[in-house]
Amino acid sequence: MAKRFTIRHQTGFTAIAAACFVLLYLPIAVLVAYAFNESTSVSEWGGFSLRWFVSAWNNVQVIDASIRSLKIASSAAIIATIVATMAALATTRTRAYRGLTFKYAFINQPLMVPEIVTGVALLIFFSQIKVATGYSGLGYLIAAHTAFCIPFAYLPIRARLENMDLTLERAAADLYATPWKAFRRVTLPLLWPGIIAGLMLAFVISLDDVVITEFVKSGGQDTLPTYMLGQIRRGITPEVNAISTVFLLLSVVIVTLFFFMSRKRD
Amino acid sequence: MATAAEIEKQAEAREVRNRWLLSAPALIIILLAASGPLLIVLLYSFLTPGPYGDVQWKFSTEGWISVILERDIFDDTLAFASAHLTIFWRSLKLAIMATVATLIFGFPTAYFIATRSERTRDIWLFLITIPFWTNLLIRTFAVLQVIRNEGIINTALLNLGIVDQPIQMLYTDFAIMVGMVYVYLPLMVLPLYASMEKLDFRLVEAGYDLYATRWQVLRRIIFPMVRPGVVAGSILVFIPAIGAYVTPSVLGGGKNMMFANLIELQFGQGRNWPLGAALSITVMAIVMVALLVYVRNTSSSEVRHG
Repeated sequence: MAKRFTIRHQTGFTAIAAACFVLLYLPIAVLVAYAFNESTSVSEWGGFSLRWFVSAWNNVQVIDASIRSLKIASSAAIIATIVATMAALATTRTRAYRGLTFKYAFINQPLMVPEIVTGVALLIFFSQIKVATGYSGLGYLIAAHTAFCIPFAYLPIRARLENMDLTLERAAADLYATPWKAFRRVTLPLLWPGIIAGLMLAFVISLDDVVITEFVKSGGQDTLPTYMLGQIRRGITPEVNAISTVFLLLSVVIVTLFFFMSRKRD
Repeated sequence: MATAAEIEKQAEAREVRNRWLLSAPALIIILLAASGPLLIVLLYSFLTPGPYGDVQWKFSTEGWISVILERDIFDDTLAFASAHLTIFWRSLKLAIMATVATLIFGFPTAYFIATRSERTRDIWLFLITIPFWTNLLIRTFAVLQVIRNEGIINTALLNLGIVDQPIQMLYTDFAIMVGMVYVYLPLMVLPLYASMEKLDFRLVEAGYDLYATRWQVLRRIIFPMVRPGVVAGSILVFIPAIGAYVTPSVLGGGKNMMFANLIELQFGQGRNWPLGAALSITVMAIVMVALLVYVRNTSSSEVRHG
């Protein structure tokens, strides 16, 4: 019997899609597998072992870089989410006013510029400030990360606001709630899933950054990704695989949470 | 009557002012740590390099001249800087090839996802999104482990007796391209999916009723309808690909540089900040052209469908 004719079918598309899914995950699987390799060489399988995880855990540089990464990512994500929430409230649920399009474009601007260019720009700008003020702490990295995290935090919050029911706020106002009370008791609880989604996106984006950090950091300010880039360039040991595996796990957990949060929305 | 209108006008003005105040922190942070410094890059591209990096505050067009030309150190004549031109050509070539390859792989994948049932669709989308949110460096590193001489591809080929010696894939242009396709594929699939999700399959059915072949349906009905997604995906892949830094530094080794590596060199060993600044502006300009093409394409297609 001939196969039933379905209008949605396209010859070979399913095969290519299947290949894509396999190819997307195969290298990651290999990377994770070699993290558990007993052998010192990255090319031979010497049996299952956790020695590279132990070795990474005992590596002071790895721990320092991880703590620095988490510090930067949490500061940047929190600041970015707060200012992005404010900006989203200012740019949604309104008639078009002068400067609205400009604000959209400006907030999304970091997405349009190649990271390398932003990195160079900040290297030049911050080096002048460093000379002028003498300050060379983590502030520069936090500022840079906050700036490129803002559009990522802004997008889900804005999307949430745009789908929100305006009548509830009007009802609150009718019941003599002050604007602040209406915001705190009605708008904010409804907006919360969007804010959390924005916060998580911003956190992941900051945690993953290599290029801008590489240009902005001063000596001894390696984050986990820039430390790993240095290690990979110098030649690899399975320790990098072990670090990557933990890092991957963290990202997957955050993305999964994000996925379920955004699903609950509907 | 006039006073009522006036009060309303005042209220509106206050509202707009409040909205500016509310968005001010975000705008200021972006101005200080993203947009503003871009202007300084433009300024630096017209200055003279300092002896130990940084610049001397003296106007010079030398930075821009050395983007494509090099001055002979003995007789001061200008000639094309072949090293730079090779790098520009490689960047452009690899970015375009990566865009086309992600489209070839991404189109069927997005179509596959869009034609699943409502419930399973989310799971497939999730599987595409996970790599998108995991660290780009780690994904590049994963590619490195697969394609190196001792990696599983070469080991398999050697064991099967297909080759006698491992194929040198790592540290070639090919490696960079594979790496970029791998890391940017989700950027192509997601916008493609977004436009395919809305695809009206009654039109596809009408095509088949009129005796169109599958290929004709794809080319004459589906493709034109999802064109905005194709353009958006291509732009989303092309922009990071032309400025790629991590992928060429990890997979291209020291020799196969792209734009970003050349720029980095000027701020490191090269100690030629004006040239680095001029190169950065050049990359920006290429991206701007790509974005303009995108804007023109989307607005004209909206007019046609709307």
